[in-house]
Amino acid sequence: MIEIENVRKSFGTLEVLKGIDLTVKKGEVVTVIGGSGSGKSTLLTCINGLEPIDAGRIKVDGTEVHAKSTDLNKLRSKIGIVFQQWNAFPHLTVLENVMLAPRKVLGQSKQAAEEMAVKQLTHVGLGEKLSVYPNRMSGGQQQRMAIARALAMSPEYMLFDEVTSALDPQLVGEVLDTLRMLASEGMTMICVTHEMKFAREVSDRVAFFHKGVMAEIAPPEALFGAPKDPELQKFLAATH
Amino acid sequence: MFNYTFHWNQALKALPQMLDGALITLQIALLSMLIGVVCALALTGFRLSGNRALSGFATAWIEIARNTPALFQIYMAHFGLGNFGIHLSPYTALLVGIAFNNAGYLAENFRGALKAIPDTQARAGRSLGMTALQAFRYIILPQMMRVAFLPTTNQMVWAILMTSLGVTVGMNTDLAGVTQELNARSFRTFEFFALAAVIYYVIAKAVTLAARAIASRMFRY
Ligand SMILES: Nc1ncnc2c1ncn2[C@@H]1O[C@H](COP(=O)(O)OP(=O)(O)OP(=O)(O)O)[C@@H](O)[C@H]1O
Ligand SMILES: [Mg+2]
Repeated sequence: MIEIENVRKSFGTLEVLKGIDLTVKKGEVVTVIGGSGSGKSTLLTCINGLEPIDAGRIKVDGTEVHAKSTDLNKLRSKIGIVFQQWNAFPHLTVLENVMLAPRKVLGQSKQAAEEMAVKQLTHVGLGEKLSVYPNRMSGGQQQRMAIARALAMSPEYMLFDEVTSALDPQLVGEVLDTLRMLASEGMTMICVTHEMKFAREVSDRVAFFHKGVMAEIAPPEALFGAPKDPELQKFLAATH
Repeated sequence: MFNYTFHWNQALKALPQMLDGALITLQIALLSMLIGVVCALALTGFRLSGNRALSGFATAWIEIARNTPALFQIYMAHFGLGNFGIHLSPYTALLVGIAFNNAGYLAENFRGALKAIPDTQARAGRSLGMTALQAFRYIILPQMMRVAFLPTTNQMVWAILMTSLGVTVGMNTDLAGVTQELNARSFRTFEFFALAAVIYYVIAKAVTLAARAIASRMFRY
């Protein structure tokens, strides 16, 4: 379970998160929508401790992320995160990209790491690309590799930050299909996305962020069907 | 037309001696590169350390190495340190002078390589649970090596050519030193120096070609 309680975060004088409360239960899929600069990415990077917070707290399975005593590296190995820019490691083959963290962070044997990597890469449809270098692949393939790389750590939670935004339109579908598959397998996920149709389909709940505030959160039928927040109404009108 | 007849025989007879000198040249260049790389890594670390004394020291070293003649740097190692009671043999002074020069250029080269790797690479590693050190070791460093490799081998070529400055501090066992001595004994200036130039050229070219071959094997992405 991810418990976010009254989290505040500023960059200099700009308050980016103004007291966010959100609890995500095991197996739940929450998507986050909202305008540019509303704090969506910042929230994700706070959840896995890449960014410090100024107030409030975030607990993952009861462990407080920003407590001094928390072993962040250990915690991160159970929270996978995939960014808009997939950040393939260009000097490693697809297989090596996926094996690196399990080997170095979890201390897995070469054989175990390879088995897991092959399994995850096959799962995202890259079973044929094991010995290819990332720069020989399309953006969609690289993004799926990044997802497999995160999954190879056997995370209990996955955070996705606009993973299709940097892709050519014809490649968006294959990556969204991968996310749908994960959702249907019961993975606990928080997805920041601009793909409204996708959000409507996969989400248990959709959260709308506006200027650092979670202005509305509801199941997709309610949020898209009968939006209450005026800013959300404007946002939805603009995106359709 | 010219009052000079070429006597290549004499020069060719001295070839084995000159090749021995070439080995010393290569040895100094290699050692100076080894020392230079280690010092350059330290200087790069110093500059990133955030410690003012360390980064000031590194900056001074790099500035001097890159903006003063290599000849003076070798002079300083020999005569300059001599004034402080540190007496280095011509061999050691030459080695120290070139290593100093190498370190300055290489440190700048390494910094450029580090800058060429986007921050998001380390971040991707950290978000997979790697420590900062692991992210550096397994993600940043290998990519830096690719960027820095060819400039580093250029410095190696430069180091080989710089060894010829050793004659100014009394070095007489390397290729330039041997050639100089043969010349002084026989006055066949053109033949000896032309032959030496050919040997320098062949070594430099071989290093460049070998480096390219190694690079294309090592960095396959
Ligand atoms: N490292 C940083 N330093 C300073 N300001 C930052 C930093 N990261 C984000 N910000 C600012 O914080 C605000 C929120 O950024 P964030 O990336 O969380 O928004 P977002 O909702 O993800 O937007 P988008 O849809 O454009 O990705 C923005 O105004 C951004 O400029
Ligand atoms: Mg964002």
